[in-house]
Amino acid sequence: MKLKAFATAAIAAVAIAASATAALAEKLVISNWDGYMPKDMAEKFKAATGIDLEIAVHATNEEIMGKVTASGGEGFDVLFVSSPFAEALNKLGLLAPIDHAKVPNLANLYPEATKLQHDPGNAYSVPYTWGTTGLCYRSDKVKAEPTSWNALLKPADDLKGKITMLATDRWLMAAGFLAEGLSVNTADQASLDKVRDRLIDTKRQLLAYDDTTFFSKLVSGEALLVQAWDGWCNYGIAENPAIKYVIPQEGSDLWVDTIVITKASKNPEAAHKFIDFVLNADNGKWVVENIMYKTPNKAGMDLVDKAMLEKYPNMAIAPADLLKYEQLRDLGGGMKAFSKTVSEIMAAK
Amino acid sequence: MTSMSPRLASGLLMAPGLLWLGLLMVVPCLLVFVLIFFERGTYGGIDWTATTFDNLARAFDPLYLSIFFDSGRIAFLATAVALLIGYPAAYAITKAPAHRQTALLFLAILPFWTNYLIRTYAWIVLLNPAGLINNLLAATGLSSAPLPLLYNEFAVVLGLVYNYTPFVVLAVYSALQRLDPAYAEASRDLGANAATTFFRITLPLTASGVAAGAVFVFVLSIGNFVTPNLLGGRKFQMVGNLIYDQFLSARDWPFGAALSALLIAIMMVLLFAQSLAARRARGEHHA
Repeated sequence: MKLKAFATAAIAAVAIAASATAALAEKLVISNWDGYMPKDMAEKFKAATGIDLEIAVHATNEEIMGKVTASGGEGFDVLFVSSPFAEALNKLGLLAPIDHAKVPNLANLYPEATKLQHDPGNAYSVPYTWGTTGLCYRSDKVKAEPTSWNALLKPADDLKGKITMLATDRWLMAAGFLAEGLSVNTADQASLDKVRDRLIDTKRQLLAYDDTTFFSKLVSGEALLVQAWDGWCNYGIAENPAIKYVIPQEGSDLWVDTIVITKASKNPEAAHKFIDFVLNADNGKWVVENIMYKTPNKAGMDLVDKAMLEKYPNMAIAPADLLKYEQLRDLGGGMKAFSKTVSEIMAAK
Repeated sequence: MTSMSPRLASGLLMAPGLLWLGLLMVVPCLLVFVLIFFERGTYGGIDWTATTFDNLARAFDPLYLSIFFDSGRIAFLATAVALLIGYPAAYAITKAPAHRQTALLFLAILPFWTNYLIRTYAWIVLLNPAGLINNLLAATGLSSAPLPLLYNEFAVVLGLVYNYTPFVVLAVYSALQRLDPAYAEASRDLGANAATTFFRITLPLTASGVAAGAVFVFVLSIGNFVTPNLLGGRKFQMVGNLIYDQFLSARDWPFGAALSALLIAIMMVLLFAQSLAARRARGEHHA
């Protein structure tokens, strides 16, 4: 036990030094992706509640997950993370329950937002944005409009070397699982092996694995067909209307980015106030107009100009349709086999 | 005033450095080493109740060894090319007039004034199919279809060579500076031509600089994960990427620690071999 305490303390010290954030009781420390909420959020929140916000940014779920598991959540009050990570943090006992009485703006959400598979009833997480993962392509350059995941996984000759897949392992594998009619949370060895072989074949036809610039590769014409989150495809559509998004016939996952409160938070009252503030209609509208993601915030969605939904058709996907898709879940003990399979794909020539 | 004993003075002067090394190098390494012997918790994190040797055993799985081997190959290629570029450059700098040498060395390290990521992104701008080089080739009619310059092994090695060649220049330059010109003069006086003098006198006597530069490039290359990600389009898994993925994506810290320990062990063997070679070179030189 002594060893544990020593190791935990030392890891925590390193992590806290690395994140360069200090936990101060009178201040809320938020960690979010850069640009994922209005730039003037801190000023607006201070004006509304008198509470100071310190905003840290993380580049990926994995990064904030590493920091928070290392420090036991110490130093952070509120986190923005994708649902499988919220689920894992909760299973690790690092999250505080959401007290619905303290978040009246939960009423702004669609009823579907309370039926999420990872957290029915929003016990420990509040959804902030949601959407699908599908195919984003240049309708003016592809010979045939893609309708199946196999258009990506078994590319036609004109697409070879002009396709990209997401680099984040869970989504990369999800494309293979969905094409085979499997759950996106598959972790049994036989299915992993089957999908591995397919994805290794696909790798030989890939331009690159890309999580961040695939839409600009479509705009420049370097790529013609890419695996994409719907909101990111919109960044391409904004620059070239010939870019289109389709959910393949085999389906998609439903991804949900959530807001959670750490159990280590010294100021859960203020943390609830912050979540309530984020859920107001204006912030919901900001999300749609600036991040180009759908939000479970109905009040916010209702404020959005209908022209935007026409220009970006994936923004009009109804919540009931989103809920048909399976969410990525934490794989728990299945992660070892899963991650070895991913390494096999990544190491393959 | 009494003066401090030299021993005390040296101890005091070294203290900040040792503290730095201890806190930021030795302690984290020990932590990594400790983690190896525990199980990954079901939801990530570490299960402190379960000890195991599985993580080390798993690191020797042929799959992971092949990734180590492949990274070694790419790092070796980068090292060889960096030496072929860096040595002549350093040699040329020492032959330049003394007042120009500082300026030339300054040029060699000038790229370090720009952020590593920005320099790497600049290569993407240059190399991509719709990029500067391909546009130039197309405009001059030298190539009809864009050359695949990006997202392949060539781009990864190029990125590593570009970033780390200055280390070779500096290491070799300092070795050449220390070399007494009398040796080369004696060789010439005794009838050796320029090539013989270089290969039998200059090169062996600057071997320590070559080794230092080579180890720099190799060690920095084999652990690099940014360049393979950006210039390799993530299609090339190097040890650095593998370890990064185990700690962050798989959230398997114990296994990530086992892989790190293996990498540290390989580096230590290399550094040991290098210092042995350096000592041997010095020994022969004095004999």
